[in-house]
Amino acid sequence: MYDYSDFDTAFVRNRAAEFRAQVARRLDGSLSEDEFRPLRLMNGLYLQLHAYMLRIAIPYGTLDPTKLRQLAMIAERWDKGYGHFTTRQNIQFNWPKLSDVPDMIDALADVGMHAVQTSGNTIRNVTADHFAGAAADEVEDPRPTAELIRQWSTDHPEFQFLPRKFKIGVTGSAHDRAVTRSHDIGLRILRGGDRQTGYEVTVGGGLGRTPMVGQVIRPFLAKDDLLAYLEAILATYNRMGRRDNKYKARVKITVFENGMEAFRDAVEAEFDHFRREYSGATRRGLARIEPFFAPPTFRDAPEDSYLAARKADPVFRAWSDTNLAAHRAPGHAIVTVSLKAHGQTPGDATAAQMRLLADLAETYSHGELRISHEQNVVLPHVRKADLSALHAALKTEGLATANIGLVSDIIACPGMDYCALATARSIPVAQEIATHFRDLGLEAEIGALKIKISGCINACGHHHVGHIGILGLDRAGVENYQITLGGDHTETMTVGERAGPGFAYDEIVPAIERLLRAYLGLRSGREESFLDAYRRLGAGPFKAALYPAEAARDAA
Amino acid sequence: MSRRFTPKIVTANALVEGDVVYLTADDRWSRHHAEAELIEDEAHGQIRLIHAEAQQALVVGACLAEARPGPNGPEPVHFRDAFRARGPSNYPHGKQAAGIRETGNV
Repeated sequence: MYDYSDFDTAFVRNRAAEFRAQVARRLDGSLSEDEFRPLRLMNGLYLQLHAYMLRIAIPYGTLDPTKLRQLAMIAERWDKGYGHFTTRQNIQFNWPKLSDVPDMIDALADVGMHAVQTSGNTIRNVTADHFAGAAADEVEDPRPTAELIRQWSTDHPEFQFLPRKFKIGVTGSAHDRAVTRSHDIGLRILRGGDRQTGYEVTVGGGLGRTPMVGQVIRPFLAKDDLLAYLEAILATYNRMGRRDNKYKARVKITVFENGMEAFRDAVEAEFDHFRREYSGATRRGLARIEPFFAPPTFRDAPEDSYLAARKADPVFRAWSDTNLAAHRAPGHAIVTVSLKAHGQTPGDATAAQMRLLADLAETYSHGELRISHEQNVVLPHVRKADLSALHAALKTEGLATANIGLVSDIIACPGMDYCALATARSIPVAQEIATHFRDLGLEAEIGALKIKISGCINACGHHHVGHIGILGLDRAGVENYQITLGGDHTETMTVGERAGPGFAYDEIVPAIERLLRAYLGLRSGREESFLDAYRRLGAGPFKAALYPAEAARDAA
Repeated sequence: MSRRFTPKIVTANALVEGDVVYLTADDRWSRHHAEAELIEDEAHGQIRLIHAEAQQALVVGACLAEARPGPNGPEPVHFRDAFRARGPSNYPHGKQAAGIRETGNV
């Protein structure tokens, strides 16, 4: 875990003091709302439907117990006792008072956290694989790279007024758990011909109203060149990106309109210049940061007690079947703690749950926690011998739901229950799908499935890359839900295909049931997932299940 | 031909709490939709909006919203305004929470 240097600490303290003065001037009438709005957004403070919302950065989704306990304290003292984890690995508080926000930001600074650049046309919170430093399939831990990018991009004077927001995601594995292809810049660490690690760089990915899969701009970038190359891409985008139309201002449109070749040539010309200017800076930066992410000392332990618990306790067995992933160290597992208990709000954690997770991270996971873009919490380094005790402890706060990767492990944005931009609700749709399939007893039978729900076209809920995506819209003053099929968020990223006309609020859950019952009838066997079946069979039979009346008419 | 004016209310968010507020006929900001002034005339609506926008020390984002008359006062027309008048659907927070039902001004 990175510890703030004196420089970092002074920066966040100064920013906190500056924002406190700005809030005071808004409250005493010295600043108008038009003057204040850009200032509050630069500090992560939105005004939503019912209240302000403070979005706090969790760089590359990594937390330690001290930080998580402070978030719990903030939730209880200044909010309504819970926080909402987002698809950008951030946390949002939905009910702060404007007059309390300076104190909240001071409390964040106390533990080396801030809300800077969680909004606005800047480089946003850098995301990374939530299994970083633990995954068995990892080439290299992506977090030192992500931390270096955080330091380079925070308050970077050139990039505070980009044409539009800019998102960077990093993975250190061939299997992409960080959705890097949907980022403005995606970085994947890989080994070059000389066994040295470097980056595959993609550019121009994004979801939103114009979903695009990021394209490779550099198949292999030497590690030492990282900051110079990022600076070159950003400088090129800053110059070439459109500012006349916010819907055409993201770098994906810049790349699309100019063509990858012209964009790459412009980047290379800038790179030539920045490479000299940045000489050695990436290497020195990484060398300074890497020791903070040194792996803990893993001590192998016999797995007998784990295997015995699996045999004795079917609830524990079900949980360990779904919520564990392969760890690189013998005798260890990566634990994903579900924040998707059936009927609960995806990604929400109470202060009591945060404190318990902080305690459990200390006891069982070398003091490490991660927030996943799938809105769950990860304890990355747990000995298998401790899993049974961990599971028992999780149960005490309703955190032992065994559903990771299943139909109820749904990504959902806040939607119109909170968000001022939303066109329909997302949360209750997620809640109803989860409880409906639990009540039907079909969750285990359906198996691996990614449902992702957004409450508007901006796609915070990643609906385009859900195996089943649900997009909530306002159709003539009524909530309406469009379904997309066949999306994929991994290294084989695919934008889902729109199935057809949307469904009313009370029709969406039955529609999903028809779709999944059709899948159960069509699959070649239990091992064929929904996505695999969709790829094998095409959209036809799934559309027929969604729109039976049309299918019957066509058949007649 | 211009479209016929449909009834409106003036709504905003309170500066400090962010809570949804409604402009009343007697120039208060109420937390209750039913207490809003129902505006049936377009020119009067514009005057009331300008009046609201000038109150930057109290409210943020004043705007006109569709409403219709109801037995207890104006009612929201669009579902977004109904959610603003009630609170989120996943927790009993916001206006629907007990204790925020009584009349209160900004």
